[in-house]
Amino acid sequence: MTQDTYIATEEILSPGEIESTVAELAEKILSSCGETPIAFVGIYTRGVTLAKRVVRVLGEKGHHFPLGTLDISLYRDDFDNAGTDFPKLESTDIPFGLEGTRVILFDEVIFTGRTIRAALDGLMDYGRPSKVELAVLVDRGHREIPIQPDYVGLKVETKMNQYVKVRFDEDDNQEGVFLVTES
Amino acid sequence: MSKMKPRKDLLDIESLSLEEIEHVLSNAGPFKELFQRSVKKVPTLRGKTVLSLFYEASTRTSSSFEVAANRLSADVTNFSVSTSSITKGESLLDTIETLQAMRSDYIVIRHQSAGVPALLAKHTRASVLNAGDGFHAHPTQALLDAFTFREKFPDLKGKKIVIVGDILHSRVARSTSTIFQKLGVEVAVLGPSSLVPEGRPEFMQRLSSWEDVFDWKPDAVYLLRVQLERQNGQFFPGIAEYHRMYGLNSERLKVMRERGTYLMHPGPVNRGVEVTDEAMGYEKSLIGTQVENGIAVRMSVLHWLKPKTGME
Repeated sequence: MTQDTYIATEEILSPGEIESTVAELAEKILSSCGETPIAFVGIYTRGVTLAKRVVRVLGEKGHHFPLGTLDISLYRDDFDNAGTDFPKLESTDIPFGLEGTRVILFDEVIFTGRTIRAALDGLMDYGRPSKVELAVLVDRGHREIPIQPDYVGLKVETKMNQYVKVRFDEDDNQEGVFLVTES
Repeated sequence: MSKMKPRKDLLDIESLSLEEIEHVLSNAGPFKELFQRSVKKVPTLRGKTVLSLFYEASTRTSSSFEVAANRLSADVTNFSVSTSSITKGESLLDTIETLQAMRSDYIVIRHQSAGVPALLAKHTRASVLNAGDGFHAHPTQALLDAFTFREKFPDLKGKKIVIVGDILHSRVARSTSTIFQKLGVEVAVLGPSSLVPEGRPEFMQRLSSWEDVFDWKPDAVYLLRVQLERQNGQFFPGIAEYHRMYGLNSERLKVMRERGTYLMHPGPVNRGVEVTDEAMGYEKSLIGTQVENGIAVRMSVLHWLKPKTGME
């Protein structure tokens, strides 16, 4: 970072707004429920937290869904085996059979779509779900591959010098969604 | 983000920082979980090549590395020493030149002379993984031993392990005792005086009999293989004598069973020498687990090392 770099941070979702957005996501998912059993899979780190929150909201209404976790580090297309990157692996835990299950993947932000590509590859190595859908808290655009979310909390127009930072109390001791601009 | 520096080669345990050891051990857990899946492979090292170069007999270490590399989707080539130009008199440096031209990303090497992996590491951009060199080091064995012990004792501080056997000729004893010491585990050794070096590190407490061992109350007994190929009768009177003095017989196994002491061994075992058939079926034996964990730990090492092959 050079001295000229200017960083502006703007809150786009307050803690209260995150809560209502999560509740809306939960509602959308619930209304889509049919005959096929549904299971949730969160992508580390904050996708897991998002999935847990949706599970909790639905649980309070008496609807219970199994929850799994997925670490996509080993499936990334940009793992640099010669760089300075030392990913710390997390436990992928999918405590249910995927055959015949409709899986809803969770991530906090969708950007290029590459993380979801990796997640799909990773998930398929655990079995063959009948359908896979994607839920995100924020869609910031700029897809590089043809992957689109099925459930979106908030859609934000962003420029390439901006990024969306999601902070959850459970992971960051801070709550909020921020649009960060570097110029 | 971690502040670890990229490391090209794994040559010994001594030069590793605790943070590096911790990184390899903690990632080995998720790698091991992959073995429960029907698809045991991940695409992480697709397109990378691993060259396996064993100048000394080995089945389990070479296959363990090979399985680890395969499960990371790397391509493995075995540079078979007995059929290669080495037997035709090619010098080590010429061989290294040849290997360099093959542009492998990782080279796994076992050699009868200490220091050969380090020499190779200096002359290649590939990551060199020492799979055992002379009496010097066997770092992946040490990492898998530590991982296996830690699965049983997540908090290692103050735990105790005794290494029994030929300490002098054992690169396993050297590397494994060093990693345990670094992790805060107390280490003692038991073996014939001719096979326990005087110049051993200070942290290695010497015990003189199995009675001493039981008084010391170890959490695990780590038996070394009696290296029959290195004995010509000079170091102890005979196999039967060794078994009587230092082997794990039924009487000693009974005490271990009563106390729930774990049994470890780097393999391959000599039944009737350092262990009996009965000990091989011991319910607290971790010998099979060590083999399984070896693959996960070697995957973690391959995932961690940073070859310089991308920088021409």
